[in-house]
Amino acid sequence: MSDQATMEAVARLVPTGARVLDLGCGDGALLSLLQQTRGCSGYGIEIDDANVLACVRRGVNVIQLNLDEGLAIFDDASFDVVLHIDTLQHLRNTEVVLQETARVGRIGVVAFPNFAHWPNRLSILRGRMPVTRRLPYQWYDTPNIRVGTFADFEVLALRNGLRIQDSFGLHDGHTVRTMPNLMAGTAVFKFSR
Amino acid sequence: MFVTALSMHFAEPLPLRSGASIRAYDLRYETYGTLNAQRSNAVLVLHALNASHHLAGLYEGQQKSDGWWDNMIGPGKPLDTDRFFVIGINNLGSCFGSTGPMHINPDTGRVYGADFPVVTVEDWVDAQARLLDNMQIQTLAAVMGGSLGGMQALSWSLQYPQRVRHALVIASAPNLTAENIAFNEVARRAIVTDPDFRGGRFYAEDDQAETKPKRGLRIARMIGHITYLSDDVMNEKFGRALRDALAPESGAKPVGTDHAADYRYTTQDVEFQIESYLRYQGDKFAEYFDANTYLLITRALDYFDPARDFAADLSRALQRATARFLLVSFTTDWRFAPARSREIVKALLDNGRDVSYAEIDAPHGHDAFLLDDPRYTNLIRSYFDRIATSLVKGGTSHE
Repeated sequence: MSDQATMEAVARLVPTGARVLDLGCGDGALLSLLQQTRGCSGYGIEIDDANVLACVRRGVNVIQLNLDEGLAIFDDASFDVVLHIDTLQHLRNTEVVLQETARVGRIGVVAFPNFAHWPNRLSILRGRMPVTRRLPYQWYDTPNIRVGTFADFEVLALRNGLRIQDSFGLHDGHTVRTMPNLMAGTAVFKFSR
Repeated sequence: MFVTALSMHFAEPLPLRSGASIRAYDLRYETYGTLNAQRSNAVLVLHALNASHHLAGLYEGQQKSDGWWDNMIGPGKPLDTDRFFVIGINNLGSCFGSTGPMHINPDTGRVYGADFPVVTVEDWVDAQARLLDNMQIQTLAAVMGGSLGGMQALSWSLQYPQRVRHALVIASAPNLTAENIAFNEVARRAIVTDPDFRGGRFYAEDDQAETKPKRGLRIARMIGHITYLSDDVMNEKFGRALRDALAPESGAKPVGTDHAADYRYTTQDVEFQIESYLRYQGDKFAEYFDANTYLLITRALDYFDPARDFAADLSRALQRATARFLLVSFTTDWRFAPARSREIVKALLDNGRDVSYAEIDAPHGHDAFLLDDPRYTNLIRSYFDRIATSLVKGGTSHE
């Protein structure tokens, strides 16, 4: 989901000049974009060696950590924005990391593949797990160990006392605000404590 | 790349943290590459316990005289001497040419021996800064060091924050743990209780011949060596192999169990290969290293603790550091464990400093910082690439 349009849609949720923590920052492209176009600063968190190297090459601050071990290294409310772009679905301790996100950031932004997108529903109706551009993996080799929907996240947010400030779907780089749970491949939430 | 060691004399006394001072001294150093016109591409590389100013290259006419970080530093290497002016300095109290306990104390006219003043990481950094002053290098593009060298790099960023643009702190720690101090103490006791140590006055003097405390040095080195490796690497390299199973010249590893080379049921002779390896390392070390230097440098390690003046609050201690940081640790390093590097990272994060941190999953323990692992060397290379690019763009200013 690191295509330019999607990155820009997420970037628009980040205030200018914000201190940003990007959890699972990949090759640092989004942080780099935020630094260059919105004057942001901050750090990426990555577990993968190749991505850590890519971030250093880009000149993006990166800390190599396993997110499942929590964010103890960061103080409360030490960031304006904490980003979770296509990260949540890979985590074992999803809920704990979400709570940690709310602890260290004033605003959290989460984006993840929406399992309730209609092609996925069709696939399930046919009796098969979806394999799409957004979810390109077979059920037996997917790194997405958490499959959830737009609607599911609303429930989880409520359960953890998070206030959703904005939510919408993303599809092919376009914002989807009508029935996003059905119509969008990606769910995006902006929330605060 | 052939290099030549240089020396610089300092007539001005150096005040030390202990309250003592060194009246006059020499520093042995080497440089590689060319200082640019803006004098902005200098990188100071700090050495750890048993290394020296000889970072890279060879001495002409001397085979096997490669510098200790030759895999990292040189033309086209991760720290590329075609782009950077790299400086290595032998620290005060060491035994590779800078003033140390084997030299004459100008105050007494006698060899310093055990009277050489206790030097700290901070004292070394002060001495290094003076050498740079004399070279008219105001700002360093980077300081870099591993282990005790990493402590010096960190200390540079605290003592001379305005002179350091980047600090690379590798396999290091914000201070030593009790266990680490304990290892140092065992090594020191091995040296001090060697009858040949003679209270540190073992050099040839007056009518007395030199008596090197080699037994103590050997044991100190053996202990050190164990702690620089990981259990896994030691098992892989030596396992339970017996000494005779190895033909030393061929270097061939034993395959399977050869009962022709079975136990000899001896308590004092070398039986296992690991013993033979440690004894060899100990012998080699005792030949070239100075016993008083070993005591001094391990003490400098023990004393280093920048948070001490800040009620053990490392975040407050690191407030002064304005450099950009790269920290690297190795997962199997139990002497300078990743958790210790993460403490430094956390303190820098608390201060909102620019910092990147890589935790390399290498099997080699503390020694990994001296070895070639592409994940590690590529990272260092990329980091220096960025620095080189910023030098071209931004001159000497902080970006």
